[in-house]
Amino acid sequence: MLELEKKVLFLQKRLVYLMDIKGELFGDRLVPLQNWLDTLKSQLYTLSAAELKDSLDKIAAQIYLYEKEAEEKLTPLDYVRIVRHPFRMTLKDILENVYDDYVELGGEDECNIDPAVIAARATISRKVGNRIYTYQVMVLGHEKGHGEEFRNGGSAKPWGNAKALQFMQVAETEGIPIHSYIFTPGAFPIEDYPGAAQQIARNLYAMAGLKVPIISFISEGGSGGAEAIGLSDLRLMFSHGYYSVISPEGAAAIEGKLKEGEKAPLDLVRRCAEQLKITAKDNLELGTIDRIIQEPPLGAKSEDYAFFQQLKKEVIKATDEVVLSVKSLSALRAYHLKKNGLQDTSNIYIRWELNEKEKQKLVQKRRQKYRAMARNFYADLRSPWQKKVEEVKNYFLRVKTYFYFDLLKRPRRRLERIGEDIKAEAHVILSYFFSPFIQLKERFFPPKQKYYFKLEYETEVYETEVEDTQSNNGYVSPLAKVDKTITCPNAERCGCYDIWIPDLYTDLCGICPNCGHHFPLEYQWYLNCLFDKNSVREFNAEIASINPLGYEGFDAKLNQAKQKTGRHSAIITFDAKVMGISLVVVMLYTDFRGGTVGAAEGEKFVLACERARLLRRPLLAYVHGTAGIRIQEGTIGVIQMPKCTVAVREYLEAGGLYIVVYDNNSYAGPVASFLGCAPYQFAIRSSRIGFAGPRVIRETTGTEVPPDYHSAENALKRGHIQGIWDRREFRKNLYMALRTMGGKNLYYR
Amino acid sequence: MKPTLGFEEIEKVIAEFKRNPFQNYPVFTPHTGVVSLKVKKGDKVKGTSGKWLEKKGTLLYTLTRQGNVKPFYAPIEGEITDLKKELEGQFVEANTYLLTIRHRLSKEETINKILEKFLDIYRAPETAKYYLAPELSKKIEQKGLQQILIQPGDEFLVMSRMKRDVTLVYDGQPGIIYALYFKPNTTIAQGEPLLGICPPEQAEFISNLVKKIQLEWD
Repeated sequence: MLELEKKVLFLQKRLVYLMDIKGELFGDRLVPLQNWLDTLKSQLYTLSAAELKDSLDKIAAQIYLYEKEAEEKLTPLDYVRIVRHPFRMTLKDILENVYDDYVELGGEDECNIDPAVIAARATISRKVGNRIYTYQVMVLGHEKGHGEEFRNGGSAKPWGNAKALQFMQVAETEGIPIHSYIFTPGAFPIEDYPGAAQQIARNLYAMAGLKVPIISFISEGGSGGAEAIGLSDLRLMFSHGYYSVISPEGAAAIEGKLKEGEKAPLDLVRRCAEQLKITAKDNLELGTIDRIIQEPPLGAKSEDYAFFQQLKKEVIKATDEVVLSVKSLSALRAYHLKKNGLQDTSNIYIRWELNEKEKQKLVQKRRQKYRAMARNFYADLRSPWQKKVEEVKNYFLRVKTYFYFDLLKRPRRRLERIGEDIKAEAHVILSYFFSPFIQLKERFFPPKQKYYFKLEYETEVYETEVEDTQSNNGYVSPLAKVDKTITCPNAERCGCYDIWIPDLYTDLCGICPNCGHHFPLEYQWYLNCLFDKNSVREFNAEIASINPLGYEGFDAKLNQAKQKTGRHSAIITFDAKVMGISLVVVMLYTDFRGGTVGAAEGEKFVLACERARLLRRPLLAYVHGTAGIRIQEGTIGVIQMPKCTVAVREYLEAGGLYIVVYDNNSYAGPVASFLGCAPYQFAIRSSRIGFAGPRVIRETTGTEVPPDYHSAENALKRGHIQGIWDRREFRKNLYMALRTMGGKNLYYR
Repeated sequence: MKPTLGFEEIEKVIAEFKRNPFQNYPVFTPHTGVVSLKVKKGDKVKGTSGKWLEKKGTLLYTLTRQGNVKPFYAPIEGEITDLKKELEGQFVEANTYLLTIRHRLSKEETINKILEKFLDIYRAPETAKYYLAPELSKKIEQKGLQQILIQPGDEFLVMSRMKRDVTLVYDGQPGIIYALYFKPNTTIAQGEPLLGICPPEQAEFISNLVKKIQLEWD
């Protein structure tokens, strides 16, 4: 009887779940079943076991039919409901049912630096013939805790992501694979150290070079929060999960231009969910994931044990695949796995440890994988002939670089260094050899005057200080053409006088002479005033943004932006000089769709990194402003975060110097990836830097933030940036930074 | 030293506050310009609000000078009781009177005004944590707060900042500590009230006055 009682409860749970997910599809059709179950529950001890079983079987069959019907009619918004449902499987369920054993690291329920993030050392075993092999793995992921309040819905705080990074590094030290499970609606948007954006950027940067296999599994992939542990060798997604740049509700609030506190209409939310292409199938088509793991109808729940068995096989197979792709001796096993899939892995054994060479290969493959992502989602407006010319030019540049730097300069420098060392060694030997003679000489002929030993420091020999003759190149900001005064926003607090606009935007460089407040200036001002005269040479201007998802109404908006700016994307990449020093610059500017980053912007950024690497030049990212990832490009946009971070890491590892300067407003994805991972980040005074704006913080965390929460001064106090620059000093500071950080050889170690 | 009043004065003081439970805020132009009034006489206006006073109050008027239209907002909640309508569209000098906001005092504001009138408020000289001097603390524990008389030269507070303790010596008029406005082990900003001190004979008067206001004020 106890079993039948359990079955009643189980069926009730299934019915509740069905109503929650797809209630509107069935209307009142589910009510009779519910009443029937209620009646059975009340007559549990009056009905005979056979009668009860018979009724329950009938109800179960009916529920199954309804579930099947619902499954066939699932819409993208239903997938969102599924992953957010408290009955949905969680990471702890996976740890319990997929892995043999696990030890949670750094926490236990509420006693945790961040209960939304779990790190666990786990073991997973496979049977080959009669022998059982056990593997050690590091499992990381978000824990939603079936709705436990302290889990924050799996929304990781900055220190939660820092914990994940800490254990990723432990896994790297131990040489064990990482399995990361993404169950997050997004990162918790707070700026407290280590900072939501900056920590995600650090995680991405670290994962771009982590020398162990990383396999990620996406259930709820909420934008940047998902990427914090999502950069991996193999990206799998649960069939009933979603992976998106923004929650459908957030997209609806933007699309519908809703006021704060207003609820988005359900139809709009549904439409946004459809257009964002958030389902596993959509993402597979877009190439942002590698494979889908099929779940039972209406998604896996905590008690779907058969699914967990299947998942175990998938987990092992995925790790095998990654390992085999870099193993030196693996062809037969890889072939077997490819041919038989999960059906038969009983006769292959794969050791998951890698040697140094294989680790290098693994990282290289990971980088290539991300480099190839989202390549079909931008337009190249160059004619085939122009492309060919560019290719040839690049080829010659490569050859020239190879000859100049690799064949000539590098051996010469090596020889010089060896020569220096030999000289220094000889000096010591000679001192020993001559010192008795010198002492003897000093005894008989004591020195008449005292000797002063001049300390000689190893100094870098620079060219003589370059005199800066730049005088705005005759550029006058169009803002200066207004004949009136303007009030400084700090006038009440600092007592600033009104400023005459023509003065403000010419001689004063847009800066209040009293309090130093920086008024925003157009990006053209920087193009003209920051770099040496006629030194700006734009490249890849023909790479253009498109509407890859066919987002409704976006084509018109894109055309409007193109007409307004006369450009094709929100990023400008160019070669330039600052007081004679050549550098490669990427400039994100607000005039084009708020400086948002999509496939075209990502590609241009990556190409700029490659060019800087090729030319051995420093790379400057000047952020005139960015509102984040372009939501209309969905996960194509999100994928730019790891893609660009990987490019930055490759550039830095090759010895480059990467400097980021923020201006105006810089938020979200780009700050949480390729900008935030820079070793040197500066901000122009009066700029704002952050992960999410005040409204998003209020709506997601329910807390108010002070008006200056994102100010550059606060970012500096929190340690997110390394300094604040005055706009008038920008050129000089940049030159100094290039000289002091670049050193003698300026850019490359 | 604050004025000393007898018990018979309580009703008088309350009546005075009840007769006029308002405070007037006259608004003057900060600089020259052409005035454009945005409120009418009798309008209710909202004051600056928000935890960080980040939300502006009702727009009162704009002042246009050299093409720059500058908005000015109500600093406090109230009603426009006086308005120089004739200045609409006129060029005015700096410090020209424009309007008055009549603000109705709340119970707390009235009590604070009364306390300010009858008490000597000792304010925090620095941003720090404050504690009562050990001897004074012991006496208050034994006898009660309003029973302790402090004299000039008495050590009465310990100011603690980054483990640097400085004993503060009282230098005001002799009196009893009527009220403590701080909690130990909490950082108090510079200029915040720490103690309210009054002559011993006035303590009961103030206490009755406050109680009466708390009961009767609506």
